[in-house]
Amino acid sequence: MSDEEIKDAAPPSHSVGVRVKGLRKSYGGQPVLKGIDLEVKRGEIFVIMGPSGSGKSVFLKQIIGLENPDEGEILIEGESIHAEGVMDKYRLAMVFQSGALLNSLTVAENVGLYLSEHRLKSPSEINRISNEKLEFLGLKNVRDRFPSELSGGMKKRVAIARALVIDPQLILYDEPTSELDPLMTVTIGKEILDLSKRIHVTSIVVTHDRDLAFGVADRIAMMNDGNLVAVGIPDEIRHHRDPLIQRFLTADFNLNDKEPA
Amino acid sequence: MFQNIGELMVLLWRTLNALPAAVRQRRKVFDQLFEIGNASLLMACILSLFIGGVIALQTGPVLAERGLSSAIGGLVGLSVCKELAPVMMAILIAGRIGSAMAAEIGSMRVYQEIDALRTMNINPIHYLVLPRMIAISIALPILVIFAILIGWFGGGMVAVYNEEIGLTFQAFLGNLRDVVDLGDVANGLFKSFVFAVVIGIVSCHQGLVTIGGPRGIGRSVTKAVVNSIVLILILDYFLTRFLMYLE
Repeated sequence: MSDEEIKDAAPPSHSVGVRVKGLRKSYGGQPVLKGIDLEVKRGEIFVIMGPSGSGKSVFLKQIIGLENPDEGEILIEGESIHAEGVMDKYRLAMVFQSGALLNSLTVAENVGLYLSEHRLKSPSEINRISNEKLEFLGLKNVRDRFPSELSGGMKKRVAIARALVIDPQLILYDEPTSELDPLMTVTIGKEILDLSKRIHVTSIVVTHDRDLAFGVADRIAMMNDGNLVAVGIPDEIRHHRDPLIQRFLTADFNLNDKEPA
Repeated sequence: MFQNIGELMVLLWRTLNALPAAVRQRRKVFDQLFEIGNASLLMACILSLFIGGVIALQTGPVLAERGLSSAIGGLVGLSVCKELAPVMMAILIAGRIGSAMAAEIGSMRVYQEIDALRTMNINPIHYLVLPRMIAISIALPILVIFAILIGWFGGGMVAVYNEEIGLTFQAFLGNLRDVVDLGDVANGLFKSFVFAVVIGIVSCHQGLVTIGGPRGIGRSVTKAVVNSIVLILILDYFLTRFLMYLE
């Protein structure tokens, strides 16, 4: 699909399409991404699944511009993110694996940080927006607490609230359910789905949580050892014949397995 | 080592370029100033009281023996304001504040808080480095003023109450006034300003380049303190030569 087609494929919303071409990244001569090509359509929830150490988080860092690729291109709405002014033009947000909330600030200050640092609104307006986003995620009662006083699940929801403040067109989630219990995993998954519906944001979710991936994804990409092994809708991935994918999807505690995943 | 020096210079240059944004960060500057003052003022006072005292104690009897006890005021006055107060306070601040800066920024780096800032288009140099640099550059010279005054007082007390010296406080102060002028105090304050910049930039740099987990943070803290102290002592010699040349 061409860049033009990506633009036209999704309903008109403020979400953006992403296209990645031949992305390569090495650390100390050790290749981590070995030529990734993919496209994410406007408004879709695209899940990148794969074992730990397969290069998923590194891939997200390239998309948000925290690191530069050695080779290849990342295009948002057909424009390279490394071109002058493109990253300022689009509103991208990332929800980090640990939440990455600033420990010296309260929950409300964390949520309003983008607005206060860029002086985009008055303090009372920032307060109102922070409250609104926290309420949206059911967190209004923790607004004056510090991140160290919150549970892992709450931290991640605050991180999502902080991401929402910039009114994002693309949200990247890095392992959003790691270290969470099954109930909180479902809650976070529902929030990812809910956000996608309510604000029509494009979402890229990196996870090794099979339940989350199949629960929220419009499409799934399987990544292994720096390569994309397969891309497709959840059913296609579920029935994919690649032995590595099948091993990843069916791994359990059966001790009689000759080749545990 | 050369890469480190290069990185320090780049960070210093970027921080200087960020100076126009300082007004917007004033709340953080005040927070940092309060933290530095709160953490160090009492310690600085105690340290300088005893430094002034021990200089008088070491030199006083020798001078008194040779009938030069009236020179103690000038000796304590000059050594405290030109050398001991700026250097000792800088070492104290490197240990107390430099280590805290490296640890705080280092943990923010390790736990991806700095990455989060960057994704929000918030420059970590504006947000983290600049307020700390401004605060330490203001706080250290102020602490040195306190240290000089209390150091002189400590020296005076020893000169008065030590039997081998037995000077009056007026005589001590009179000699100090004769020998020490405002330029000598300015000399010490200039040194302390340079040391503050060194501590700030070295500690923030170590924090920003922290890798690994808690061990990495520990390593950064140690490096920040050790590198700051080594640089302070080396720079002290060259600054002294430079200031002597200007005099």
